Amino acid sequence: MSEQAKKPAKKKVELDPRFVNYRHVWVFIESERDEVHSVSWELLGEGCKLADALGVQLCGVVITGTGERGKAICAEAFQYGADLCYLMQNDVLTDYRNDPYTQALTDLVNSYQPEVLMLGASTLGRDLAGSVATTLGTGLVADCTELVIETETRNLAATRPTFGGSLLCTIMTQRHRPQMATVRPRVMAMPEPDTTRTGEIIEVAFAMPEDSIITKVLEFIADDTRDKPNLPFADIIVAGGRGLKTPENFQLIWDLAKVLGAEVGASRPVVQAGWAELDRQVGQSGKTVRPKLYIAAGISGAIQHRVGMDGADLIIAINSDPNAPIFEFAHYGIVGNAITILPALTEAFRAHLAQAKKTG
Amino acid sequence: MHSVVCIKQVPDSAQIRVHPVTNTIMRQGVPAIINPYDLFALEEALRLKDRFGGSVTVVTMGPPMAEAALRKCLSFGADDAILVSDRAFAGSDTLATSYALSATIRQIMENRPVDLIFTGKQTIDGDTAQVGPGIAKRLDFQLLTYVSKIVDLDRDKQEILVERRAEGGVQLLKTSTPCLITMLEGTNEMRFGDLDDLFRAARHDLKVWDRSSAGIDAVEMVGLKGSPTVVSKVFAPKPRSKRAEMIEVHDSEPHNLAVSLLARLFTQHPKLEQEIARRAG
Repeated sequence: MSEQAKKPAKKKVELDPRFVNYRHVWVFIESERDEVHSVSWELLGEGCKLADALGVQLCGVVITGTGERGKAICAEAFQYGADLCYLMQNDVLTDYRNDPYTQALTDLVNSYQPEVLMLGASTLGRDLAGSVATTLGTGLVADCTELVIETETRNLAATRPTFGGSLLCTIMTQRHRPQMATVRPRVMAMPEPDTTRTGEIIEVAFAMPEDSIITKVLEFIADDTRDKPNLPFADIIVAGGRGLKTPENFQLIWDLAKVLGAEVGASRPVVQAGWAELDRQVGQSGKTVRPKLYIAAGISGAIQHRVGMDGADLIIAINSDPNAPIFEFAHYGIVGNAITILPALTEAFRAHLAQAKKTG
Repeated sequence: MHSVVCIKQVPDSAQIRVHPVTNTIMRQGVPAIINPYDLFALEEALRLKDRFGGSVTVVTMGPPMAEAALRKCLSFGADDAILVSDRAFAGSDTLATSYALSATIRQIMENRPVDLIFTGKQTIDGDTAQVGPGIAKRLDFQLLTYVSKIVDLDRDKQEILVERRAEGGVQLLKTSTPCLITMLEGTNEMRFGDLDDLFRAARHDLKVWDRSSAGIDAVEMVGLKGSPTVVSKVFAPKPRSKRAEMIEVHDSEPHNLAVSLLARLFTQHPKLEQEIARRAG
């Protein structure tokens, strides 16, 4: 029997007739306490491609408390590529709460019927996406790294890491609409805003009295972000892994980072061993980063790490194992002992920069 | 006080290897563990039991081998355990899984009211964080995700006060029980069960429920039929079209190596040189 014959013939799954009129690509514009999460703009950038492939409009969904801020957020969404924005405002929506937000977004979907709905995979986005998908009874794919439209069926092929990132899988929602997906911050590129773009705002009323909402927000304690590393937006990152052998050697990462004005990153084993803080962990269970330069020292490049830093423009890897997976996707590779190479690299950069400064 | 804790048995993803030729997961020899995030949920439920009395029921949906994970939970101090297992569940996505688990919890509630449901924030194999919210919505329970601390619980008023990890800060939330809490990692430390618990766990008459015991009449709501998402392809990540440009180790002198790397880097990427100089300047 041929290989082909063994496989069952692929059955074509038709879209449920209830959803044939669902059109357009939606991006949920996440704002908490009037701050828009930048993942929303990254999603608009990606949404543009999907809307083009489908030949439909790209729409932003803005859900906020009352006030001028709502329209300002819509105006910004147009600059990042939205053609149209649905704006739902009510004072019960000032703070994020699961019940009113789920109701608001579900109402909008049922009234205006999008075929694709994307949210950021933030704490808010994941809380809301899971609830809305369950309420609508539709498919949701979390933490997508690639989104492609299958033009014939208008299905969204959503690719995501699975088994802790060991493999990738492509998932489709064939019978239901909207096809929902979340994407982690920094996985998609940030589009350039076009300040000349504008669009139409459709204001939709939301009536839910505060009395009917069971959960109350008593207080919001904002994080102290001073002195906190901001890896997702760092331009240069020097990251260390288990190959550095001891926590003392991890200091070599800091030394090089200092000369380059870089942030310090770390692999999961190193964070688990307590050599670096959790905020510095890069990868599947840590931060996703998109720096111009990423130097990985003593990191083998397991897929769990790779999914967090694959978006770097330039990757330099130092590893003693010539077969380490990191050399499969780094741009420059050095096979050698990171503990001796790092100080040499620090010195070389220092000397080069001093020379460049002198010659101006 | 009655808490239900939903757990999942998962392959230890830190030890998963992909077969280099067939690109399939090599499960052989990979230990099955309790999803690490679920332990924070279980410990929190046990702490409430320490404080207020009552009991903790652990539930999992999975194959017969998942019994081992439930016995482990019993040995930590859980009072009761239910394995929901049926061939009809095979291929369930998160929507179908939350349907099956919510039906199971409804069955539990027939006999004894449930005050709180706990889950981990996500699993380490699926990483979706969707089943917890799904169960809450289906049972019409208030949903509290990423809870870092249970501040207070007033059993007479049926009120609970929690701290929830939000974007850019922490929300202090008050809501009514029953509710569903997904517990943030690192918020407590799992206890070791004592010897009595170990013996009790081994002897415990663990319940195994099939589809109908779990109260699921509609077979089309579970398994592949109840799953709107379909996995169309599984594959290993592609290497970049070009392997890394290797800086040759002409001699073992790290200094020469570093200089040759810099020379090549800055010749090929002059913009990067300016960027670094600007930052360092």
